[in-house]
Amino acid sequence: MQPTTKLSRWVPVLAAGALAVCAGVVHATGELRVLNWQGYGTDEEWAVQIFEERTGFKVVHDNFNSEQEMLTKLRTSPGAYDVVLINSAYTCDAAREGLIQPVETNLISNFGDLSSNMRDSPTLNCDGKAHGVAWVWGVTSFAYNTEKLAERPDSIEILWDPAVAGRVGWRDDPVEAVSFAAIALGQDPNDPSDLDAVRDKLLALKTQIRTFWSSEDEWNKHLASDQFDVATYWSGSASRSKTAFGLPVEFVIPKEGAIGWLDGLSVATGAPNPDAAHMFIDFMVSPEFYVRWDTEVGAPASANAAANAQLPADAFNRTVLGDPETVTRLHFMAPLSDDRREQFLEIWEEVKTQLAQ
Amino acid sequence: MLRARRRTWAVLGLTGPAYLWLAVAIFLPLSAMLYFSFLTVAPFGGREATATLKHYQAFLDRDFYQVLTWRSLQLGLHVTFWCIVIGYPAALALARHVPGRWREALLLMVVLPFWSNALVRVFSWTMVLREGGLLDSAVRVIVPGMESLDLLFTYDAIVIGLVHSFLPYMILTCYVSLQAIDGALIEAARTLGASGWVIFRRIILPLSVPGLFAGVILTFVPVIGSFMEARILGGRAGTLLGTVIEDQFTVVFNWPRGAALSFILLAIVLLILAVAWPGLRRHLPQG
Repeated sequence: MQPTTKLSRWVPVLAAGALAVCAGVVHATGELRVLNWQGYGTDEEWAVQIFEERTGFKVVHDNFNSEQEMLTKLRTSPGAYDVVLINSAYTCDAAREGLIQPVETNLISNFGDLSSNMRDSPTLNCDGKAHGVAWVWGVTSFAYNTEKLAERPDSIEILWDPAVAGRVGWRDDPVEAVSFAAIALGQDPNDPSDLDAVRDKLLALKTQIRTFWSSEDEWNKHLASDQFDVATYWSGSASRSKTAFGLPVEFVIPKEGAIGWLDGLSVATGAPNPDAAHMFIDFMVSPEFYVRWDTEVGAPASANAAANAQLPADAFNRTVLGDPETVTRLHFMAPLSDDRREQFLEIWEEVKTQLAQ
Repeated sequence: MLRARRRTWAVLGLTGPAYLWLAVAIFLPLSAMLYFSFLTVAPFGGREATATLKHYQAFLDRDFYQVLTWRSLQLGLHVTFWCIVIGYPAALALARHVPGRWREALLLMVVLPFWSNALVRVFSWTMVLREGGLLDSAVRVIVPGMESLDLLFTYDAIVIGLVHSFLPYMILTCYVSLQAIDGALIEAARTLGASGWVIFRRIILPLSVPGLFAGVILTFVPVIGSFMEARILGGRAGTLLGTVIEDQFTVVFNWPRGAALSFILLAIVLLILAVAWPGLRRHLPQG
């Protein structure tokens, strides 16, 4: 059903696009290569189509499944990518390694509309130069099945509550796991002071966890087949589960707080088509792209204040994430040193070993 | 003289491509991984790597790596045990008691699982094993009012999935050596008054040891390094040395640590084979 309505709505655009392509090929041809998580906005079919028609560039995607994989791809294939999505906690690491180049902000027409606290965040501006354009931000917390839990939980302790013993889903990720435990213990998730307490808190999940999940797709399958009642999740994905898949899911930002993250778009060093890269980034941060992405598919919150203002009044990204009180409860992810990351990994592997027995 | 030389060339010409292929496809990547396992970081994109033994040291320092190794070995033993218990009698029946045409049809059914993708097989098991799944519903039809049977995300689920994957190897290798046993030996034993049990214990079992041994190797070795089945079917119980090695490669991109753990596992396998070898050699055909 949906494809036909989508298609018919786009007939006029296609017609206009055909004309635009005829004009476009004259001055711009080539490929624009984007490196991003799969299914994360930049590869929406309609968006790619609009961009290709306007600029004449063919958009080609490559995906990664972890930040480390993204960095490895940039390291091993210099000059292979134009635009890359980088979690702002990693942007300056990538800049320091010379994997990305400074963004020419004057080429981004929407740059002025971006929320200043995100646009000017020190995590995106390394050595005084913008290396990433604030794109979307969101929250890592948990979501629950509204048909299973009668009351909306307001505390992160629900994940440790015996009432949901054996009914908790958990993402198999060392940094995220440590952050959740730190928040529950009232420690700083970016720099937990007492790692022994964190380990014990995670070990207490033994009776709770039903299974681990590693991708949005897997999360949706587990919830749909009734494998868990409450599970850690990402705000943008939760809205997609609700909007695009019709699952009975509500996302919660508990009173203890949650993890905030900001994703930026960067231009790779040696990008074959830097001009097209800037055009693509400009399109991605525009209200035109974002509003449609969030209302039709489901997205994290936009870093573009003008785009957020155009969302329907009841949109999660406006009602919940638009609330300044909520935002104060978020601990935004900060860069982690390699040593620290290795430490978190070892704690998590040790905990997983205990949980398996 | 001339004939002998010609023969040498023929042997070289016939086996050469296979050995060349083995060298390129197995030896080279494996040596690269062995080299990586002694480096501080994977040497990509101009990152400085220096020689170190710390990844091997980490295995000794962290108890959980040893616990996981033991878990993986145990899983290998359990899966191999069930493959023998189910596979050997099946192979025996196929080789010695099923008439010709039926045998072909049954053998085809044994190989059938090979024709589907391993991932698809494992995902279908999730539908069978979960609460309210096929198995649970079937059991409750037979025994109404029984407590619900929920095997998904347990250690047993991993064993079931792996036994299903590796059973064909065990059946086929056992079948080949059982079928090669000369029927005259059994008839001779019978004329000398041997009972069925004695024939099995003194003739059939010893003569089928090579096939059984091949089946055990083909099952045990891949199972202790398996990770995909454990990840999908095991849930919380699915952490093994194999999954931790996979994490090192795909999640944290610590290739040296992943490589070191893999080689430790390889060393353990070789050690087990070395210990078992003297006992086995007696049963293997000489020459």
